[in-house]
Amino acid sequence: MSNTDYDPRAHRGALNPTEDLNHRGDHAPGDEPAEDSGHWVRNANLGLGFSIILTVAAFYLAGSHLIYAPAIPVALIVLAIAQMGVHLVFFLHVTTGPDNTNNVLALAFGVLVVFLIVAGSIWIMDHLSHNMMPMDQMMQMQQ
Amino acid sequence: MTNIELPASQEAIRRVREDPHRLGHRAHGADEPVEGAGHGATGPASKRILVGYGFWIFLLSDIVMFSCFFAAFAVQRDATAGGPTIGEIVDIPRVAFETAALLLSSYTCMLSFAAVNARNRLWTEIFLFITGLLGLVFVLLELQEFIELAMRGITPQRSGMLTSFFGLVGLHGLHVTLGGMWLATMMAQVLIKGFRREVVHRLICFNLFWHALDIVWIGIFTIVYLMGSGA
Repeated sequence: MSNTDYDPRAHRGALNPTEDLNHRGDHAPGDEPAEDSGHWVRNANLGLGFSIILTVAAFYLAGSHLIYAPAIPVALIVLAIAQMGVHLVFFLHVTTGPDNTNNVLALAFGVLVVFLIVAGSIWIMDHLSHNMMPMDQMMQMQQ
Repeated sequence: MTNIELPASQEAIRRVREDPHRLGHRAHGADEPVEGAGHGATGPASKRILVGYGFWIFLLSDIVMFSCFFAAFAVQRDATAGGPTIGEIVDIPRVAFETAALLLSSYTCMLSFAAVNARNRLWTEIFLFITGLLGLVFVLLELQEFIELAMRGITPQRSGMLTSFFGLVGLHGLHVTLGGMWLATMMAQVLIKGFRREVVHRLICFNLFWHALDIVWIGIFTIVYLMGSGA
C-alpha cells in the first residue's frame, strides 16, 4: 500500500495477522481505519457509561456533605481530570500504542502549555494581590 | 499450503497476541516498510492521517486559548466589586441538563462516525441530526441562563468576575453554535456528495471538534459551576 488513503474496509479480511500489522501506519486521533463499526459502538458505550458515572459523582459531591468540605474542590478536579481521560481514550481514541506517538506528544505539549498558563497566572496574580494595598487605603491616599 | 508451514504461522499469531504493537521489533528502513511512518521509500503519511493530525494540533491550540479564559476566571473569581458572587448566579439543575445534553451529543456524534465507517448514509444522517438537536438544546439552555441573568441586572460590565464568567462560558457557547453550523453543512455534504474521501476527512475533523467541546465543558462545569456553587 503506497501513498494513498486507504479504505477502512480494506483491512478486514487480512489473511495473515502479521502481514496486517506490517502495514499499520500512524493513526490520527479520533480515527482508527482498521477497525469495524462495532468497535466504535462498543467504545462509545464504554465512554458514555464511565462519563455518566463520573459526572453524576461530581454533581452529587458538590451538593452533599459526604466528604470533608474543604476537600470537595480537590475531589471535583480529580473527577474532571478522570473524565477528560475517559473522553480522550474512548471518544478520541488516543492510546499508548506506537501508532499514536505523535498524537500523545502533541497532547503532552498542549497540557504543558495549559498548565503553565493556568498555574502561572494564579500564582503570579495571587502574589500581586497580596502585595497590593487594600482598596480603602488606596482611596485615602488619592485624596 | 503444506503441513510444514502451520507451526510457523501459529508462532506468528502467538507473537502478535503477546505483543500486538510489536514494540521494538519493527525495523527502521526498507526491509520492513511501515505505511505512513515516513521511513525511506514509503513516503509521507496518507492524507487521512495528515488531516486528522493537523486538526488535532488546531484543537490543542484552541484548548490553549480556553486555558487563558480559565486562568482569567480563576484570577478574577473573587473580584465581584460588591456585585453578585459566583455562588449567587449558579443554577445547578440547568447546568446538569446542559451537561447531559452535551454528553449525549458526544455519544451520538461517535455513533454517527461508526455509521460513516460502515458507509451507512441513513444512520449517519440520523445520528448527526440527533447530535445537532442536542447541541441546540445546550445552546438554548445557555441562552436562557444569560437572558435570566441579564434581567436581574447581572451583565459582563458589572464586575471583573462577571466579565470572565461571560467570556469563558460565552466562548464555549460560541464554539458549540459554530460547531452546529458545521454539522448542518456536513449533513448536507453527506446527503449530496456521499462518502467521498474528502467528506470523510471533514467528518473525522468534525468528530474531533465536537468531542473537544465536551472536554472543555467538563472543565467549565467543574471549575465555574460546581466549585462556584460551594463558594
